[in-house]
Amino acid sequence: MDFSLSSEQKLIKDGVEKFVRNEYDFETRNKIIATEDGFDRALWKQFAELGWLGISFSEEDGGFGGGAIDTNIIMEAFGSGMVVEPYLATVVLGGNALALGGTPTQKEEVLGSVIAGETLLAVAYAETQSRFQLSDVATTAAKSGEQYSLNGEKVVVYGGAWADKVIVSARTSGDQMSEAGITLFLVDAKASGVSVTSYQSMDGARMANIAMKNVTVGADAIVGQLDQGYALLDQVVDSGISALCAEAIGEMNALFQKTLAFVKEREQFGVAIGSFQTIQHRLVDMFMAVESSRSMAIMNALKLSSTDVTERKKAVSAAKVYIGQNSRHCAQEAVQLHGGIGVTEELDIGHYFRRLTLFCGAFGSTNHHLKRFADLSD
Amino acid sequence: MNIDYTKEELEFQQEVRTWFKENLPEDVKRKHQIGAPFSKDETVAWQKTLSKAGYFVVGWPEEHGGPGWTATQRYIFDSERAAAGAPVGMSMGVIMLGPVLMAFGTQEQKDLYLPRIKDCDDWWCQGYSEPGAGSDLASLKTQAVLDGDEYVINGTKIWTTYGHHANLCFCLVRTDNDCKQQLGISFILIDMEAEGIDVRPIISIDGEHHLNQVFFDDVRVPKKNLVGAEGQGWTIAKYLLTHERTTIAGVADSKLNFSNLKELAKTQTANGAPLIEDEQLRLKIAEEEIKLLALEYTNFRTLADTAAGRAPGPESSLLKVKGTETQQSLSELRVEMAGNYAYVWKADETVAPAEFLHATEQYNFLRACTIYGGSTEVQKNVVAKMLLGLK
Repeated sequence: MDFSLSSEQKLIKDGVEKFVRNEYDFETRNKIIATEDGFDRALWKQFAELGWLGISFSEEDGGFGGGAIDTNIIMEAFGSGMVVEPYLATVVLGGNALALGGTPTQKEEVLGSVIAGETLLAVAYAETQSRFQLSDVATTAAKSGEQYSLNGEKVVVYGGAWADKVIVSARTSGDQMSEAGITLFLVDAKASGVSVTSYQSMDGARMANIAMKNVTVGADAIVGQLDQGYALLDQVVDSGISALCAEAIGEMNALFQKTLAFVKEREQFGVAIGSFQTIQHRLVDMFMAVESSRSMAIMNALKLSSTDVTERKKAVSAAKVYIGQNSRHCAQEAVQLHGGIGVTEELDIGHYFRRLTLFCGAFGSTNHHLKRFADLSD
Repeated sequence: MNIDYTKEELEFQQEVRTWFKENLPEDVKRKHQIGAPFSKDETVAWQKTLSKAGYFVVGWPEEHGGPGWTATQRYIFDSERAAAGAPVGMSMGVIMLGPVLMAFGTQEQKDLYLPRIKDCDDWWCQGYSEPGAGSDLASLKTQAVLDGDEYVINGTKIWTTYGHHANLCFCLVRTDNDCKQQLGISFILIDMEAEGIDVRPIISIDGEHHLNQVFFDDVRVPKKNLVGAEGQGWTIAKYLLTHERTTIAGVADSKLNFSNLKELAKTQTANGAPLIEDEQLRLKIAEEEIKLLALEYTNFRTLADTAAGRAPGPESSLLKVKGTETQQSLSELRVEMAGNYAYVWKADETVAPAEFLHATEQYNFLRACTIYGGSTEVQKNVVAKMLLGLK
């Protein structure tokens, strides 16, 4: 039993934390999200050069042989500065889809290019009617000869606005709600028939709805097995949740640290408000929320690669529920303890608040995952 | 980062598992499972069984007769003990006094008391709280005045758990009134059979006799019973609390309690269907399981720190608060699941299912767990001051 980081992991942690501290302050972030692109391509290149984009992939796939713990290290540090660059969409979701299910050609051409920082990905599965249910797929992929023709629309796609290639779920057989009969396709975002409608999400990042009308791809675009895409998609989304949980820890901890510093400085009634027991106990509750959530993020990362699918899914849902509840608590408390300034656009506190609000609903709400956990536990 | 055991640790786990399987009496297991109270004789008998196997003073180093286990081995032992359905060898002598004597006691005190604790020949109680000194322990007033080579003790101690079973008491007393109050406190060992001691029962809201108030009226205690120097009592008390903090969280026992509750939810019925099919209860059970998981991994982190020779990190301070909250919410869940049987009081199995006979008693008594060992509010004061730097 060992909960310490390896020396390589410590180096990465120091590196990413230093980057966020020195090169990604709140002002810089505001400038980045105000640009037309909404993220900084030069920084993305820098991430690639530093090896951050390849860290969790195997050496055969061109990566550095890390795993979920390494992803979490990066995501937590990114969370501390609310980094908007599409690490989750491109590296964690898209990258894992290819690493787990990609053909040798897809890995060599696309995953290699992702690691080099040249290709951006997104995984598009949600549809208007599907809410959080991965198996609810109305998008169709009809086979004609050696080709598939894709029709349907995917909504609120993370990183969808920036993606060069999109991995979409489509129905190749079965009825709309069936787990069997779903296939994942790698689609070029600029292919004929694809229309991407981009918009800004609550946290300042960009999302997109992606409509496909008679988009033609070959069988070589299939990621994973024909009709068997559900299990792969489920695993990919689980890896995304795990990473997002780590990011939430970074945000929660930032809120805790900033609030702690604030109550030590802010004076009312002639004393620092941090001298009041009511305030002190609320800070301790925030601290406990951060640390016990961190325990859950570690648990989740350690079980993510479990070959026991039920164990993996239970771990992911447990972490999503627990960190969802505790992050909401932290975010609300941080705003409350800051008082009036906490509800302004001007202060970073409200931006962390928005980011964590988004987290609570992302890839399944707390309620959705509580039910999923209960179903798996019966 | 990993949570795997080594080959040796896995062998150790098997050894402990086998021992409990072969040596835990069925009646002890059953009583523990349903939360029935143990008599003094029953407790001593079980502790002696543990002691003979070398499983009683589990946290002690070899030089004092303990097994000298690593932190991981201690964790494995505790998990296996709890999973087997065995009660913890609950002894203030083992958990609290032993480590204090090892660190602060004279050779004579060590030679006299440690083997007797190990063999379960003495029952120690703790004399800390007073009617006017609860969370503000340093304001305690029980006086110890030196007269020749004896201290004369006057005052009263309260909430003395199993003081009526104990033959010895480790006690905080005031030996100096003219200095900062923490510096006037000393740590002393008192024979409960000495003249001038009166132990009066306090019946708690579970209707049972666990607690007492102890009165000291000119009780004479030999000077050699002082542990450490005069005025060192507060330092010793704080040292002792660090040994109490993680054990009090009771994670392993909560896990077993939870899995028993989950089984009950499948066998008990409501509206003609198993309780677990009630959506509200099903989600509540899921939420408890998730909270337990968070507690377990926080415990792992503390353990890994200890195993690596580091002082437990800040996460250990949450264990007491979160661990006791979990104990309370599980006891609440059992009461909820008991339905009508929650009203049953001091009955037997002819009246209600055994699993619910003591549900309300446990729920009632466990209100104390967020009060004893430093209340939740005191824990938060300590964390705010020591870790967060809030003054």
